[in-house]
Amino acid sequence: MSTVAAALTVERACVELGGRPILREVSFQLAPGEFCGLIGSNGSGKTTLLRAILGFVRLDSGQIRLADGTTAGRLVGYVPQKIALDPGLPLRARDVVALGLDGARLGPALPSRRRAEQVEQMLHAVGAEAFADQRVGLLSGGQQQRVLVAHALVRRPRLLLLDEPLANLDVRSTAEIVALLRRLSREYGAAVLLSAHDMNPLLPAMDRIVYLAHGSAVAGKAEEVVRTEVLSELYGYHVDVVRVHGRVVVVAAEASDQIRAAVARDPVHTASVP
Amino acid sequence: MLMSVPSNPGFWVNEPVRVALTVGAGAALVCAVVGCATVMRRQAFAGHALADVSSAGGSAAYLLGLNPLLGFLGMAAAVAVVMEWADMREVRERDLLTGVVLGAGLGLTALLLYFDATMGSVSGAAMTVLFGSMFTIPATIVPVALAVAGAALVASAIIYRPLLLSALAADLARAQGLRVRAVTLTHAVTLALAVSLAAMTVGAILATALLIGPAAAALRLARRPFEALVLAALIGLGATWGGIALAYESFYWTPGRGWPVSFFIVILIFVAYLLSSWAATRRGARRGAALYGCEGA
Ligand SMILES: Nc1ncnc2c1ncn2[C@@H]1O[C@H](COP(=O)(O)OP(=O)(O)OP(=O)(O)O)[C@@H](O)[C@H]1O
Ligand SMILES: [Mg+2]
Repeated sequence: MSTVAAALTVERACVELGGRPILREVSFQLAPGEFCGLIGSNGSGKTTLLRAILGFVRLDSGQIRLADGTTAGRLVGYVPQKIALDPGLPLRARDVVALGLDGARLGPALPSRRRAEQVEQMLHAVGAEAFADQRVGLLSGGQQQRVLVAHALVRRPRLLLLDEPLANLDVRSTAEIVALLRRLSREYGAAVLLSAHDMNPLLPAMDRIVYLAHGSAVAGKAEEVVRTEVLSELYGYHVDVVRVHGRVVVVAAEASDQIRAAVARDPVHTASVP
Repeated sequence: MLMSVPSNPGFWVNEPVRVALTVGAGAALVCAVVGCATVMRRQAFAGHALADVSSAGGSAAYLLGLNPLLGFLGMAAAVAVVMEWADMREVRERDLLTGVVLGAGLGLTALLLYFDATMGSVSGAAMTVLFGSMFTIPATIVPVALAVAGAALVASAIIYRPLLLSALAADLARAQGLRVRAVTLTHAVTLALAVSLAAMTVGAILATALLIGPAAAALRLARRPFEALVLAALIGLGATWGGIALAYESFYWTPGRGWPVSFFIVILIFVAYLLSSWAATRRGARRGAALYGCEGA
């Protein structure tokens, strides 16, 4: 199953934390430029998987390989979950993007036309020009998200990991960010692995889905994975994949009738598997 | 009053004044740079504790007749490394540990200063160690102080970008393959160097003022990191030299008894901080008004 050109290969990855299995034999592969959703409810192991790919968390068994066989370093861009930028830092959005380019180098940066152009281009790509010169800690959540995406992408990584980038965004910003990420992944040829607890905003954009439940995963195209039989087997008990008002909702069997009725009454109601 | 100082020829040719200006400048510059990094890393309390604890080294040096700067430095460096190690082991409640270490360090100082007072040869060691005495700094300290300052500035320059990136978010730094530990350890060493220079000038207790004050004021106003460093350096240098000048003048206010330099330095820093807060608030209000005007239009 190993394609030489894969941007990311995860093979039977197992992680235990505090004596508890958090990831159980997770396997999947991402091709260059692929846009992949990492979907699972709270505590299913999304953050742990992303941190394992970065090398922050050690695998107990299994293997994770990047395009060139190395781990982390220059080839991976990362936007952590719940990152709070300190309003006390005297950094403009522009400075944060520049730190994404060469922040790990020693010494102060020498003024360079090329560097400034790269930063400017990236700010333009994520639509952050309007607030490029403002203190980054004072920007709104959605604006910070764009700046952090630019920070992660400016080094032209082959793989971009985003942990819950859509949390705290309103419907319109969510759609904008998803479209933006999808476009950038194509333009820059970077595979994107994006975690979310709600798959709906991603369904039109995803090439592939990795669905996590209690640390186990199934991967594939969304229409192959998000099915009653497949997810029931993953969860180990019966769940229903319900489609209502254009939304996909995964519910445990006994709750599904109630949920179906509730969603029919109130279309913005969402539900998840217990 | 201040205007009369340059016209007073005694000020510039006076040896103790020249030593004070030189050591003070080194301390102010290093504290500005290291202070900005410390405030950005939210380690102001650790910096304060380190300064207080360094007083034990300073008072031991007076007791043994050693160079007091090396005394401050030895103690500060040892404790900085221990605290960094505790951080590495992810000791919970770092602030509590810092507080306990601070208490123990000052207790040791109390003992050593008692010995200084009862059997030491230097009179007034307690005042000097705790609150500084810039006009009595021996000239032999100047080369050591300049070497310490130079080392701190070079180390700070080397970790300039990695430290900014780690202050932004340690995970972002790690994702770029940066060894965050090496950066924070280097910063801890520069902090020890800065604190020992500050303790030498304004005393161990007031060292925080020189370390944190100018940096805090500058970080409120600056729009970018380098601007913060320059602003902090100007505030620190202005307060230090201004304080020395005012203290020199004060010999004429209360004839025969000058006021402590440290008092003037700390007051000037405090005033600078108030002014910067006022300016930052005003700017914020103006920006808010502009935003409101835009949205209304
Ligand atoms: N350092 C740790 N030690 C012990 N258990 C941990 C540790 N980190 C995470 N866990 C556990 O691992 C499980 C998965 O956590 P993880 O953060 O990966 O979930 P997640 O899918 O990202 O959830 P969320 O949607 O809430 O962000 C949780 O049950 C959590 O309690
Ligand atoms: Mg998470």
